[in-house]
Amino acid sequence: MIATARDPRVEYVMRLGDNALVLAQRLCAWIAHAPVMEEDVALANVSLDLFGQARLWLGYAGELEGAGRDEDHFAFHRAASGFRNVLLVERPNGDFAATTVRGYFFDLWSYLALGELARSRDERIAAIAGKTRKETAYHLRRSEDWLIRLGDGTPESHARTQHAVNDLWRYTGEPFLRDEIDAAMLDAGVGFDPATLLDPWNERVRSAFSAATLAIPSDPWMQRGGKSGLHTEQLSYLLAEMQALPRSMPEAAW
Amino acid sequence: MSDGIEGDASVSDERERAFNERLDRSLKIEPTNWMPDAYRKTLVRQISQHAHSEIVGMLPEGNWITRAPSLQRKLILLAKVQDEAGHGLYLYSAAETLGTPRDEMVAALHAGKAKYSSIFNYPTLQWADVGAIGWLVDGAAIINQIPITRCSYGPYARAMVRICKEESFHQRQGFDIMWTLAHGTPEQHAMAQDALDRWWWPAVMMFGPPDTDSTHNEQSLRWKIKLFTNDELRQKFIDQTVPQAEQLGLVIPDPHLRWNAEKEHYEIGSIDWDEFYRVIRGDGPCNKDRLQTRIEAWEEGAWVREAAAEYARKRGAQSASP
Ligand SMILES: [Fe+2]
Ligand SMILES: [Fe+2]
Repeated sequence: MIATARDPRVEYVMRLGDNALVLAQRLCAWIAHAPVMEEDVALANVSLDLFGQARLWLGYAGELEGAGRDEDHFAFHRAASGFRNVLLVERPNGDFAATTVRGYFFDLWSYLALGELARSRDERIAAIAGKTRKETAYHLRRSEDWLIRLGDGTPESHARTQHAVNDLWRYTGEPFLRDEIDAAMLDAGVGFDPATLLDPWNERVRSAFSAATLAIPSDPWMQRGGKSGLHTEQLSYLLAEMQALPRSMPEAAW
Repeated sequence: MSDGIEGDASVSDERERAFNERLDRSLKIEPTNWMPDAYRKTLVRQISQHAHSEIVGMLPEGNWITRAPSLQRKLILLAKVQDEAGHGLYLYSAAETLGTPRDEMVAALHAGKAKYSSIFNYPTLQWADVGAIGWLVDGAAIINQIPITRCSYGPYARAMVRICKEESFHQRQGFDIMWTLAHGTPEQHAMAQDALDRWWWPAVMMFGPPDTDSTHNEQSLRWKIKLFTNDELRQKFIDQTVPQAEQLGLVIPDPHLRWNAEKEHYEIGSIDWDEFYRVIRGDGPCNKDRLQTRIEAWEEGAWVREAAAEYARKRGAQSASP
C-alpha cells in the first residue's frame, strides 16, 4: 500500500509501537533488582519481546511516513508530546505488585488487540500482529499467574496488589476509546473497533480477579490522553533517561 | 586424609584412592562420588564466588540498560545482562549439587562473608564502559573459564561449557561497541579511550594475585579445579588483548608495555597490587553500593517470595484435601 504523509496508519502504527516501547523501557529497569533471580530472567524476556515489537511497529511507521525517521529516531528524538502510547504503560514501576497489575491490564488488552490486527487488510500489520501475539500470550499467562499468586498469597501481597489495582484502574479505559484514527482504520479494514474488546477484557479480568480474591474498583473515572500525545508527568522522566545520550551527541552513530 | 565421617580408616583410604584415581585418569568427579571434604569446600567456595560474580556483575552494566543509545544496543545489552543472570543460576545449581542451598550462599554474599570478582567494584561512568566491560572483562572471564570446562568436577565443567559460549558473544559485542566508538566522532573516540584507561588495570588484575602470592593455586591445580596458574592466564589475556587495542586505535595505559620478541610475549609494567588488595578488602569505589543494591533487591522482594510460597502452600493443601 502507498501511504501519504497524512496516512492515519502512521499514527495508528506509532501507537502500537509506543505502547510496546514505553512498557519495555519500564520493565528493563527491573533487571538485577527483581524479587528472585528467575524473575530477572523472566522480566528481561518480556522486556526484550516488547522492544522487539516496538522495533517492528516503529520501523513500519517510519516506512509508511516516508520522511526518513527510523526506529531510533522515533525512540530517541521525539519529545513526550510526540509519543502515542496509552497512559497505562507509562505509569511507574512501583513495587512488584504495581508492575504485575500494569502488565496484566496491558497484556490482556494487547493480546485481544493483536488477535484483531492479525486479520488486518494491511499485510504487514497482520504479519506483525500474528507474530507478536504468540509472545503476548506468554506475557499474559505470566502476568495473570503472578496476579493470582499475589492476590491470593499473603495478607501483605493481597493488600499491595489491591492497592495497585485501585491506582491503575483509571488507566484501563483509554485503550478501549475509539477516536478518529481508530474510526478511519476501522473503515479501511486495517484496524478494529477498540470498544468491542471491552467485554472480553472485562470478562477475563473478572474471572482472574475472582481467582485472585481481588475487588474491581467501582470508581468510574477513566484518564485519557496518551493516544493523542497528552501524557502523565512520568513519561518525560522516562524519556529524559532513555534519550539523554543520543540527544547529547546528535551527530554520532552508535 | 579422612572425610571426618567415615570411622573405618581402610574404607576411607579406599575411597580416597578411588577419588585420586579418577583425578589421575581425568575422569569427572560427580555429585554421587565420594570426595574429600576439603575438595568439596573449595569447590563450593569457588563456584559460589563465581555465581555471585555473575549476579553482582549484572549491576555495573545494568546501569546502562535504560540509557543505551540505540534500540539495537539496548536489546543486546539487556540480553547480555539476562545471560549473566542465567549464568548465576546455573552456577548456583552446580554448587547446590555439593549440598549447599542457594539461599545459604546468597546469605553469605549479603553478609559480606563471600567474595565476588573485584572487577565489579569499579563504576560504569559512561556508555563506553559497557563496551570495555564486554571486551575486557568478558574477554578475561573467557580465558579464566575455558580451562574450567575441563575441570574435575562434572557439574561445574558442564555449566562452564554453556557459559563460555555466551561469554564469547559478550566479548564480541563489547568489542563491537568499542569499534563503533573508536571509529566515531572525536568525542566518542575519547569515550572509548577513557573507558580503556579505567578498565585495563582492573581487568589485568582479574586473574588474581601473582603466582608467588597465591594461596589456593597449588592445591587447586592438583585437584584439577584449576588447570593454569594466575600468571599464565594473565599473560594469555595480555597477548590476546594488546593487538585488539591496536586494531581499535586505542592506547593501553601502560608506558612499559612492550613486545618481547625472544619470549614471544608482551611485557607489562608493574601491577598495583596495593590497589588490588584494597578493593578486595572492601575499599573499592563501589563495593558498598553493589552489595547494598543486592541486599535491597532481596529485602524488597521478600514479600513476593513469601506470597509465592503461601500461595503454593494453599494450593497444595487444597489439592491434598478430598
Ligand atoms: Fe557470565
Ligand atoms: Fe558475560
